[in-house]
Amino acid sequence: MEKQYIELYKAHHQLIKQNSASIINELRDAAFAKFESMGFPSTKHEDYKYTDLKPVFSADYGLNFKRLDFPVNPYQTFQCDVPEIHGYQYFVVNDGFYPSKEEHNGNLPEGVIICGLKEASEKHPELVAQYYGKLTTPQNDALIAFNETFAQDGFFMYVPENIQLDKPVQLINIMRSDVDMMANSRNLIIIERGAKAQLLVCDHAMDDVNFVANRVSEVFVGENAVYEDYKLENTHAKTANLATVLIDQQESSDTLTNIITLNNGISRNNIEVAMNGEKCESELCGMMVGGNQQKIDNHTTILHNKANCHSNELFKYVLDDVSVGAFTGRIFVEKDAQQTRAYQLNRNILLNKKAKVRTRPQLEIYADDVKCSHGATIGQIDEQALFYMRARGISLPEARLLLMYAFTADVIENIRIPTLADRMKMLVEKRLRGELGMHEGCTLCK
Amino acid sequence: MLEIKNLYASIDGKEILKGVTLSVKPGEIHAIMGPNGSGKSTLASVVVGNPAFEITSGSITFEGKNLLEKDPEERANEGIFLSFQYPVEIPGVSMVNFMRTAINEQRKYRELPPMSASDFLRYMREKKALIDMDNKLTSRSVNEGFSGGEKKKNEIFQMAMLEPKLAILDETDSGLDIDALRVVAHGVNKLKSPEKSTILITHYQRLLEYIVPDYVHVLHDGKIVKSGTKELALELEAKGYDWLK
Repeated sequence: MEKQYIELYKAHHQLIKQNSASIINELRDAAFAKFESMGFPSTKHEDYKYTDLKPVFSADYGLNFKRLDFPVNPYQTFQCDVPEIHGYQYFVVNDGFYPSKEEHNGNLPEGVIICGLKEASEKHPELVAQYYGKLTTPQNDALIAFNETFAQDGFFMYVPENIQLDKPVQLINIMRSDVDMMANSRNLIIIERGAKAQLLVCDHAMDDVNFVANRVSEVFVGENAVYEDYKLENTHAKTANLATVLIDQQESSDTLTNIITLNNGISRNNIEVAMNGEKCESELCGMMVGGNQQKIDNHTTILHNKANCHSNELFKYVLDDVSVGAFTGRIFVEKDAQQTRAYQLNRNILLNKKAKVRTRPQLEIYADDVKCSHGATIGQIDEQALFYMRARGISLPEARLLLMYAFTADVIENIRIPTLADRMKMLVEKRLRGELGMHEGCTLCK
Repeated sequence: MLEIKNLYASIDGKEILKGVTLSVKPGEIHAIMGPNGSGKSTLASVVVGNPAFEITSGSITFEGKNLLEKDPEERANEGIFLSFQYPVEIPGVSMVNFMRTAINEQRKYRELPPMSASDFLRYMREKKALIDMDNKLTSRSVNEGFSGGEKKKNEIFQMAMLEPKLAILDETDSGLDIDALRVVAHGVNKLKSPEKSTILITHYQRLLEYIVPDYVHVLHDGKIVKSGTKELALELEAKGYDWLK
């Protein structure tokens, strides 16, 4: 399985490099060597026990090394009619950043840079070089090494010291191709000391072909900075959406990661939040609705490396048909990370006897003065509550919907942008009713 | 209005009701009394269609319609209401959302357009005032964290909202102190009308001091063994149930 990619790289590494930027290229050969030696993890690998990458990577996909243009202008195709949500809007089509002009987003606040990663590497090489690969290099993960081998572009956001972005930034990842397609995009996000940014990532698949997206994001959150990362995944059954997000938090910073998965084929989120300064706050939550043969695996790691930090993790799954969910929540508390508070909860509802979920809390605690908790539940819809509602005249489907919705509500309530929370409520409700299609364009904006 | 004829019902293969016959006419208040395990709550559950019970024979009709063919929600929308002995907590579903959904489902069933949000809030305010319901209860999730008395009061509030033709109050007095009992009884009495009927299920005569029944029935071992007027309740209070066996 690895062989075809190893040969591909050997044959095309010049072409890949020619169509990328030197800072991105610098790590490429080392990443390739890493990938070549480790290969894809099998399901015997502890971290990939519940996601089999073999069927994902063994098919034959197109890769756009030459950076051929996407023939449609997404700014015209994806009209957003909820301006208070979309804020600054950007597109990554497959794995290329779609050029954004001033007419699309007006002027950004002073000093803020949002552009493609390739463009940023050319125009702001010192800035990019200072951060690019710093979080990925120490990792030993095949998906990261694979991404670093093939990624040529992606999304770049830089918010300088004490600048608070007035509007959320929306990044729309579109898979668009007439043939089976793979995308390896790479994102770099830098929120400096005292700055604040909200990013909303929407993952969509446009065409009825097989897609694999293997996206890696490095996020640096400076002292006292605030970063919110929302993700809405609404692709289709033929999409494997693999995403790695590595977050580095400095002292007294505050991050929120909120993932909502509605439609997909295979989803794998590898999230790592490293609290590398004292008094950090981190919320990490997700809400997944699975049906048909959807597979959803969230693999999360929270590293309490410094004292007095607080993390709160909440993941909820509603699974129907033969869908399969998995959750791994690793919390690691360093020896000196006293006064840590780390809470984790994963709750699941299986609507069908054939749906499955596997949940693994993993706590590793080396400090002695900490408060940590974890919990996992797997259950069905509460029959008593269902009958109670029916006895008030509420029909069975409506009662089920109200209960499913209630189950997921606290994840949505964690969204700090009210208009986005309202929109998400509506989308989740539509999805639970089975009315949300496999997206056409941006579901948030329709 | 409600006709129950020779009704047999069981749960998990165990027969609980063994030939119950009962007739309730518009405007009447019936009390059903009896010792623990006599089948009182089963009778209430069966009338509203709790799927846990199986009807083995007999019939229930409501305004001439065969209830046994109807789902619980259809029975509710026909105008039957059960005040639960143990109201269920539903975290995450707000009282407002719950009641609005119930009202609009009822309106849909009766081929009426949904109530607008502002009309609904006005209607809810009226009903809250009628039974003296605390605002803080209606702003929470359904029954979540409510005390026993608050849960019972919430049942009466829902009854006021849904305006049933037939209300069945299952042990609404159990677990209530005398003040809470008075409040609940007051609510029930306020909702009384010549077209509406009530079935009170209770252990004790106490509730009947506040809500005066037209008829009293004694259920024992799945059968009505004695029927009479409100004096029967006093007799039961004095003598207990043993003399009826």
